[in-house]
Amino acid sequence: MIKTKNMLLNIQDLKAQIEDKEILKGINLQVNPGEIHAIMGPNGSGKSSLASVLAGREQYTVTGGEVTFDGKNLLDLSPEDRAREGVFLAFQYPIEIPGVSNINFLRTALNEIRAYKGEPALDAKEFLRLTKEKQKLVEFDAKLVNRSLNEGFSGGEKKRNEIFQLAMLEPKLSILDETDSGLDIDALRIVANGVNKLRSDKNAFILITHYQRLLDYIVPDFVHVLYEGRIVKSGTKELALELEEKGYDWLKETVNSEAV
Amino acid sequence: MKDSNTILDEFQDKEYEFGFATNIEMDIIPKGLDEDTVRYISEKKEEPQWLLEWRLKGYNSFLKHPEPHWQNFELPKVDFQNISYYAAPKSKKKYNSLDEVDPELLATFEKLGIPLTEQKMLAGVAVDAVFDSVSIATTYKKTLNDLGIIFCSISEAVREHPELVQKYLGSVVPHSDNIYAALNSAVFSDGSFVYIPKGVRCPMELSTYFRINAENTGQFERTLIIADEGSYVSYLEGCTAPRRDENQLHAAVVELIALENAEIKYSTVQNWFPGDKDGKGGIYNFVTKRGICKGAHSKISWTQVETGSAITWKYPSVILQGDYSSGEFYSVAVTRNKQIADTGTKMHHIGKHTKSRIISKGISAGQGNNSYRGLVQVGAKADFARNFTQCDSLLIGDQCGAHTFPYIESRNNTATLEHEATTSKIGEDQIFYLNQRGIDTEKAVALIVNGYAKEVLNQLPMEFAVEAQKLLSISLEGSVG
Repeated sequence: MIKTKNMLLNIQDLKAQIEDKEILKGINLQVNPGEIHAIMGPNGSGKSSLASVLAGREQYTVTGGEVTFDGKNLLDLSPEDRAREGVFLAFQYPIEIPGVSNINFLRTALNEIRAYKGEPALDAKEFLRLTKEKQKLVEFDAKLVNRSLNEGFSGGEKKRNEIFQLAMLEPKLSILDETDSGLDIDALRIVANGVNKLRSDKNAFILITHYQRLLDYIVPDFVHVLYEGRIVKSGTKELALELEEKGYDWLKETVNSEAV
Repeated sequence: MKDSNTILDEFQDKEYEFGFATNIEMDIIPKGLDEDTVRYISEKKEEPQWLLEWRLKGYNSFLKHPEPHWQNFELPKVDFQNISYYAAPKSKKKYNSLDEVDPELLATFEKLGIPLTEQKMLAGVAVDAVFDSVSIATTYKKTLNDLGIIFCSISEAVREHPELVQKYLGSVVPHSDNIYAALNSAVFSDGSFVYIPKGVRCPMELSTYFRINAENTGQFERTLIIADEGSYVSYLEGCTAPRRDENQLHAAVVELIALENAEIKYSTVQNWFPGDKDGKGGIYNFVTKRGICKGAHSKISWTQVETGSAITWKYPSVILQGDYSSGEFYSVAVTRNKQIADTGTKMHHIGKHTKSRIISKGISAGQGNNSYRGLVQVGAKADFARNFTQCDSLLIGDQCGAHTFPYIESRNNTATLEHEATTSKIGEDQIFYLNQRGIDTEKAVALIVNGYAKEVLNQLPMEFAVEAQKLLSISLEGSVG
C-alpha cells in the first residue's frame, strides 16, 4: 500500500456490488490536497456508483479493497461520519425535503459537523453572516436560502444549491456527481466559478462528468476514464479532449482486446 | 452500520419516558358504576340538585347507548364496572401558595416539566393543574380577575358561577351524545372552566395539564369554555401520564362556545402512555370535543398534536351556526408500535358564508395505524359555505397503515368544497441525503417529520410549538434504520 503522508484519499483495489451485481471491479485512485480529478466514462461504467460507495450509500456492499481518507479507514465510518470527516457528495439528483427550510437544514448540518470536531455551535448572527458571504461567493439566490430544501427548485437551482451547501460546509473532499448535467451555459459558468473560488491547496475535488465542457471551466489536474468498473486510463486534461474527439469506443476496443 | 431491524428493536424496547407514579395518599371509591356512584360523586362535590339530576340523565343515556361499531379498529372491551370513578388526593386543603402543596406532587410536575414553580420565568402562562381529579393550584388568578376573566376548575365554577354553568353545560355536547359523553356527564370529576367577558382579549395563554395518576381510575374531565361577544382566548391542553399495566379509559368532554365576533383557539399536545411494544397497557383516549360558533363572525380553531395513547379516538368539531363564522382543524397524529389513531373532525355548516379549513397530517411508523375520518356537512341554508380539506399521510417503514375516510354531505349547491389528499413515505434517499450532510438518521427523521408537520405546528403558540417539536422527534426516535 502506498503511504504518502499528506495524501487525502487513497483507494486501493475497491470492489463493490449492488444486488449481487459487481459494479466496481478494483478501483485504484489517489487524491492529494489541492488536486482536481475528473472521472469520465460511458454510461453504466460505475462513475456514480463510485461516488455512492465513497459516501456510504447502504445499497452497495463493499466486497474488497480499502479506502483511506485523511488517515482513517473510510469504509468503517457511517455516512454521517464520513460527511463530518469532510467528504461531500454533490448529488446528481438532489433530494427534495418539503417543509424543511434550506437554512435550518444547513444550520443543523453545519453544527453537527462542528460538534463532531469539538467546535462550538455557531450562534445565529455568525451563521447568518457566513450564509450571506457564501451565498454571494457562489452567486446563490438569497430567496432560495429560505425556501424548503430543493422543493420546487428547478434542475439548475438544485445543482446550484449543492454548490452553495459545499461552500457552507467547507469539506476536504468534494465529489461532484454530474453536477454539470442539465445546466445551461450560464448556470454551468456559475457552478464552475463557485468551484474555482472554493478550491484551495487544502481541499480536493473529484468531478464526475460525461462531457469535456465542464473541464473548460474547471481545469483538472488529472483525468481518469472509468469503464466496466475499472479505471482503464489516466492522464491530464488532454485526455479529456481526446475523448471528446474520439468518443469512448476506441478505449472500449483497447480494453476488450487486452482482456482477451 | 446497524441495520434497520436492530435500530427498530432498540427503539421499541425504549421505556416510556414519563412512566413514574406519585406516591400520595388517595381517596378512592370502590370500583363499579351504578346510580349510587353518581349520587356519591355529586354529594362528595357538594353539588346543587340540578347538576345531580343532569348527571343522572347522563347515566341513563349511558345505559341506553350501545358501544359504537363504525370505527376502523377493534374496540377492546372496556369493563365499566372495573373502574373506580372518583379519586382525589386525601388532603382537602385549599392552597394559598405553592409552598403548601405536597412536595412530592410538585416534584412530579417538575419531572414533566410543568412550569408551576417557574411561573415567573414563564410569565404569560397561567396554569390550572389537574392532578387526577381535583384541581390543586391555580395561578395567575388575579391578573385574570381584574379583566373579569373566569379561569377555574369546573367544580369551583359550579359553586361560584352556577348560572353560566347551568346555561352552557351540555349545550354543545348533550349528555345523550354518545356513550362516552354520556358516561362523562354522569361521572365527570373535574376539569376547567373559562369565561371571557364581552370585548376582552385574554392576555395570556390559558393552560391546563392533565395527568392520570391513580391506578385504574378512569379520567372524566369536563371542560367548558365560553367566549362572550367580541372576546378572544387561546387555551392549551397538555398531557402526559405515568406508566400503567392495565388500560386506562379516558373519556373527556370539551365544549367551546363562541358568541358573536368571538374567537377561541384550543391547542392540545397529547402524550399519554401508548402501551408497550406489543400495545399492552396504554391509555384509551375516547374524547368528545366540540365547539359552536353561535354568533356571526365567530371563530373556533382546534389544533392537536397527538403522539400518545394506545388508542386515540376523537373528532374535535365545529358547529358553524353564526353567519360568516369559521372553523379550523389542524392535526398531527403519530402512531407507532401498535398504536391506533382514528381521528379527524366534523364541520357542520349551518349559517351563511361559513368557512372551514381542515389540515390533517398523519404519521405512521412501526405497526401503527392512522385513520383520518372527517365530515363536512353543508345545510340547506348555508349559502356560500366553503371548505378546504387537506389530509396527508406519512409512512415510515412498511408495516404501518394510513387510512382516509372523508365524508361530504352538501344540501346547498352554492357551497365550495375542496379536498386534497397525499400519501408519502420517508424515503431512504431523503435520509441518505441528510446523512451525507453530517446529520444522523434520528435527527434526519426529526427534521423531515417536523417539516412535514410544520403547517400544523405553526398554529401552536410558541412555547407549545417547541415542546411539540421535541415530542415528535422523541416519539419517532429510531423508527427508521
